[in-house]
Amino acid sequence: MRIGIPRALFYYLYYPFWKTFFEALGHQVILSNPTNKKILKDGLELAVDDACLPVKVFHGHVVDLKDKVDALYIPRIISIEPKEFICPKFLGLPDMIKSSIPDLPPIIDSDLSIYKNKRGFYEHAKSIGTKLGHTEKLTARAFRTALKKLNSYKKSQIIEERLPLDSGQKSFFEDYQSKNQNYGESALKVLLLGHPYNIYDNYISMNIIGKLQRYGVKVITPEIIPTQNLSAGSRYLNKKLFWTLGKNLIGSAYYYMDGGQPIDGIIHLASFGCGPDSIVGELLERKIARSRPVPFIRINIDEHSGEEGFNTRLEAFLDLIEGGSRR
Amino acid sequence: MKVTFPHMGNLYIPLKSFFESLGVEVVVPPLSSKRTLELGCKYSPEFACLPFKVTLGNFIEALEMGADTIVMAGGIGPCRFGYYAEVQREILKDLGYRFEMVVLEPPQGHVWDLIKKFKHITSNRSFKEIYVAGKLAWKKLLMADRLDKLANRLRAVEMEKGKTDSVYKRALNLITEARTEQELGAARQQIVKEISSIKKASEKNLLKVGLVGEIYTLLEPFVNFNIEKQLGELGVVVDRSISISQWVRENLLPSFMKSKEPELLAKLAEPYIPCFVGGHGRESVAQIVSYANQGVDGVIHLLPLTCMPEIVAKSVLPKVSKIHSIPVMTLVLDEHSAETGLRTRLEAFVDLIRERKEEKELGVLSWN
Ligand code: SF4
Ligand code: SF4
Repeated sequence: MRIGIPRALFYYLYYPFWKTFFEALGHQVILSNPTNKKILKDGLELAVDDACLPVKVFHGHVVDLKDKVDALYIPRIISIEPKEFICPKFLGLPDMIKSSIPDLPPIIDSDLSIYKNKRGFYEHAKSIGTKLGHTEKLTARAFRTALKKLNSYKKSQIIEERLPLDSGQKSFFEDYQSKNQNYGESALKVLLLGHPYNIYDNYISMNIIGKLQRYGVKVITPEIIPTQNLSAGSRYLNKKLFWTLGKNLIGSAYYYMDGGQPIDGIIHLASFGCGPDSIVGELLERKIARSRPVPFIRINIDEHSGEEGFNTRLEAFLDLIEGGSRR
Repeated sequence: MKVTFPHMGNLYIPLKSFFESLGVEVVVPPLSSKRTLELGCKYSPEFACLPFKVTLGNFIEALEMGADTIVMAGGIGPCRFGYYAEVQREILKDLGYRFEMVVLEPPQGHVWDLIKKFKHITSNRSFKEIYVAGKLAWKKLLMADRLDKLANRLRAVEMEKGKTDSVYKRALNLITEARTEQELGAARQQIVKEISSIKKASEKNLLKVGLVGEIYTLLEPFVNFNIEKQLGELGVVVDRSISISQWVRENLLPSFMKSKEPELLAKLAEPYIPCFVGGHGRESVAQIVSYANQGVDGVIHLLPLTCMPEIVAKSVLPKVSKIHSIPVMTLVLDEHSAETGLRTRLEAFVDLIRERKEEKELGVLSWN
């Protein structure tokens, strides 16, 4: 069977697992095209007005795929860490898609929740296996293979500091070699904070990572920071943050600001109207304003953001930190 | 110690009663107003949702009046509300206020945690005293909720315009002032008498509208421009799907004390949103189906701009409205919403459902 996976939202975190899993079950995985003008347009047209840009873009990717596949994989991602959530919109993602997009192929919308315990990940795989008519034995084997792949991928991602960036049609997972960041000791280091689906989608992010790298800046993101450092950072919070992505973001910032390692600047790339970002961004800004050890900029992006203004702000910020580091 | 709390509709009545019965001094913030909103917006993150901004404004106004202890509810996500208190505390601290913030986290089976916090605020009153104070407050809350329900029907049929609201105001005062259950009983009799004195027009063929959506915008008349009253003025009977007492049950009581009703209701949303999506997103959808089943003429869905669970709900509403053949209008509210625009939309919606009802009665059923 041809199974379609939208190149959006959690693709940037879980694609290594999904691809390996479906292939181990004997299916063919089809990815949507990298985000482009048409995908954005379809998304804006079909998604509910008030949704945030990443959710709208996800709608566009579904449109891009739906006539090329036998089934679409749109999981209901409830929780990927115990006692944490992603965001209400992830909870309702399959529902939004089904209501907003006509003529869809069958949708594999199995719940993924490890809110209560880690077994939830396997339950998720099992539910997919059942839906696709596989034996539990085969599913379990595919699950183990895929999980191993995911874990080893994540490990090497951190060790090699490799950002999950696609190159052209090629997924970050397939284009395995070319993403090593090689910088001298003197390179400027910028901590880029934001949801993976915002910072790694070159179209949405206006290629912020590419631009920074072209300036010779070393880009650090939560995805390449060792987990123990993330949690060390997030321990400074008075109350545990119940959003996994937000927690990682705050954890990264606090870790670096409180002397984990020197850093020259922090960029928060946020979605317009994003619920978690509004709260997390505020905590971040207050923390920075109180201690002021690092230049900081927040860039909000939505479908109306213009690239020119974006570049100007980015360049001004780079000038600022360059000046700072020379002094 | 001077205790304060955020406003949400009539919530201040039972809260004030509760703390005062325990001898705690209370500073009720001024009812939410333009100034509250302005203050709140000035110091809130731009993209915070409206309830965050208005309640922050409440806190600032109360602190200005000398409050030094803020009581606020917490939460475990997935929605922003659960983290409001944390961020609001930081903002107020940076503004230079000195205060303590007591956050009532939802007791997941631990009613004791809640009582311990109350004991702390009330400087160790006995369990029995807390119980008595709680009981009186709860009764007041139920009475205020009941009053709301009655007023939402009476406004549509009162012969003398504005009569219901003047009775309503007096009734709230009576409830607020009662210091014991006996006094509350007497207040109740007085209220019943006043209500029955309201002269009513014919109750036949009245239009009925249900209100669903995000709880704060539903319950706080300041942010929804007193939508219940406005609909009443247009001759519409209003049924609001959530009451404060329900909210208290769901958020502050442990699960074994909760009723099964919400679960049963949620089942109605299953074809559209089968799972919990935070806040009342799923419940909004379920309520619409339930209203359609009851033959209500139309539903208004209220949400603050960027409200995540209600955006999920909104995305399935066209389908729900079509399948259950019930008109639904969505109102997205934020600090820039204007009363005039709202009134025009309400009037248009009421016209629409009135026409539809008339057509239906003529047997020319057509919607969509
Ligand atoms: S976390 Fe923010 S950007 Fe992501 S889906 Fe939720 S609201 Fe949208
Ligand atoms: S339910 Fe809506 S208004 Fe309430 S906290 Fe969540 S996003 Fe904000």
